[in-house]
Amino acid sequence: MDARSQSPRYHFLAFPIVGALLAALPFALHNNYYIGVMVFIGIHTILALGLNLLMGYAGQVSLGHAAFYGIGAYTTAILTTMLKWPPWVGLACAPMVAGLAAYLIGMPTLKLKGHYLAMATLGFGMIVKILFVEYYPLTGGTSGMTGIPPLSLGKLQLVDDRQFYYVVWFFALMLIWVSYNIVESRVGRALRAVHTSEIAAASVGVDIAKYKIQVFVLSGVYSGLAGALYAHYIRFVNPDPFGFMFSIQLVVMVVVGGMASIWGAIAGASAITLLSQVLQRFEDYEVIVFGAILVLVMIYMPQGLTKSIVDLTARRRSAKPSKPEVLP
Amino acid sequence: MLVALVAGIICPAVGALAPYKIGGLFAITGPASPLGTPERDTALLMEKQINATGGINGHPVKLIIYDTKSTETDTVLAAKNLISQGVVAIVGPSQTGESLALLDTASRAGVPVISCAAGVKIVQPVNKWVFKTAQSDVHAVARLVDYMKKKGINKISILSVSNAFGDSGKQQLRIQCGAAKIKILSEETFGDKDTDTTSQITRIRGKRPQAVVCWGTNPGPAIVARNMKQLGLKIPLLMSHGIANHKFIELAGDSANGVIFPAGRLIVVNDIPASDPQKKALLAYANAFKKQYKRDPDTFGGHAWDAIQLVKEALAKVGPDKAKIRSFIENKKNYVGIGGIFNFTPQDHNGLGKNAFVLVTIQNGKWRLTK
Repeated sequence: MDARSQSPRYHFLAFPIVGALLAALPFALHNNYYIGVMVFIGIHTILALGLNLLMGYAGQVSLGHAAFYGIGAYTTAILTTMLKWPPWVGLACAPMVAGLAAYLIGMPTLKLKGHYLAMATLGFGMIVKILFVEYYPLTGGTSGMTGIPPLSLGKLQLVDDRQFYYVVWFFALMLIWVSYNIVESRVGRALRAVHTSEIAAASVGVDIAKYKIQVFVLSGVYSGLAGALYAHYIRFVNPDPFGFMFSIQLVVMVVVGGMASIWGAIAGASAITLLSQVLQRFEDYEVIVFGAILVLVMIYMPQGLTKSIVDLTARRRSAKPSKPEVLP
Repeated sequence: MLVALVAGIICPAVGALAPYKIGGLFAITGPASPLGTPERDTALLMEKQINATGGINGHPVKLIIYDTKSTETDTVLAAKNLISQGVVAIVGPSQTGESLALLDTASRAGVPVISCAAGVKIVQPVNKWVFKTAQSDVHAVARLVDYMKKKGINKISILSVSNAFGDSGKQQLRIQCGAAKIKILSEETFGDKDTDTTSQITRIRGKRPQAVVCWGTNPGPAIVARNMKQLGLKIPLLMSHGIANHKFIELAGDSANGVIFPAGRLIVVNDIPASDPQKKALLAYANAFKKQYKRDPDTFGGHAWDAIQLVKEALAKVGPDKAKIRSFIENKKNYVGIGGIFNFTPQDHNGLGKNAFVLVTIQNGKWRLTK
């Protein structure tokens, strides 16, 4: 079942369709607000994608992923405002620095399992946020850093929401493609084996430690890129968006979208980002409605949005041909 | 369709002209909700008031308020939403970070933003489209330094909370005390969740200062006041505008008495002499708020009042043109508000001076104007 829904043909079709839809979308939306929401869905998709590789495929929980997001944002902010490096260089360095941070923190912590790993990443996330707040000369403390330059193509500055939309979704789709290839490769199978049983995986010769650290660094790289995109879009960074609450929100995106599902990242990121916009009208009760929806999703779609929908269609499809089979 | 429906309900009451839309971005939920909630309440009160008195030149006012959830991302998205709905100006957001996140969006869309947050970075360097109505701590420190000079206090110890508010206050104290020849004997800090400061105060006692200046937001300052009383340190305790809410008196109890701090005039409105040019505006706000919500207004709501009042005056004068509203506010002089008397210039988008603050003494658990 699982293998069929992830089959190459399924993705081969889905990829150009989603790409074409995304490319056409700005022509249908005449409102910069909707484009802005789509930009954030793109950024959140990249984040959820990275975390999904880690949580869904390798089975490692991280409650500190907002820290890598923040490291990416601050890296490009510092490089482009203080050292005056070009924005594209900042954008390229951000994932590298976040990846390096993931490597350094992953080496000791990935030896931990289950709750202990969750606690370690939680602590890491908090430490990084404290660094953003306290390392005043570099980060500007709680009041943050302004004056981050926009991305540009030649002489064209990408300040318009629509232009930025294409930049973000270019990266998002590229990373979906990369992730898909990883998941379908030997590495992906090894990761799933690690998820199911580390002992069994090790006994058939999977180098658990190596794969775990690789996927952790990779998800750090994804988050770093998302952070850099955020920084060049908002053109201001401060410590608040990179705190514990956002780490939790990312985990929610992954779980709601569907663990171990590449397209689930888009689904989860879209659902959570859109929901928080749609629920604006509930004002003070928003949090309650939001919580109730999450509880319902988890009760009726414990596998997350994508898998539940795929399962539903698959069930319907398998239900139809079963009739003629009975006839003769 | 919904807009048409709502407009259809409001319009007959105040005339058939199209409503002026003003955006409101307040941190109604999240950590900054103690700021955002009174701001939202004030904004709703003003919308009601304006429409009940015939709107602005016959146009009703429609406030569109969004919750920023105390986060930057939601602030930016909500602002884009407001802009796409054609608001003529945005009032808020409540926090410094949220306001700074809006700088780019505001100037690109060309919509005036009047922030209710305190951070001086919002208006320095000046962004053409962004203003703020909250006082800066530069002026609070200036007021305290004046007081110390008058009382002949020239040796102090500083006790500040270790966060942005405390750091910024400490830096200002260093600069302004240096200029006023007031010697800082020692600098101590406390964490924003600390429950005891006796060790810091014991060290301060050894230095024999003439006064202690404590710069922080609750609950820390209340603990400092209690600890000073317990240790029998009987020198003046000066504090910041960060304690200008009832929480401080509640937490510090008897020890709060005698504490002196700079604050906006709103909390001592009854002590303000009738000759004060702000008296009328303060009473108008305080009475209207009390009548509607059955509780006392606070400084934060005052920031929203000032911001909306400025937009209202601009609309009445120049109509719903965003660029004209912006330049009206930028050149607005002598606007008598809640936070002070505003004199905006192209270089100063806050428009307040140190006279925006008065000194308040706590007597028998009540705020009184320092004589």
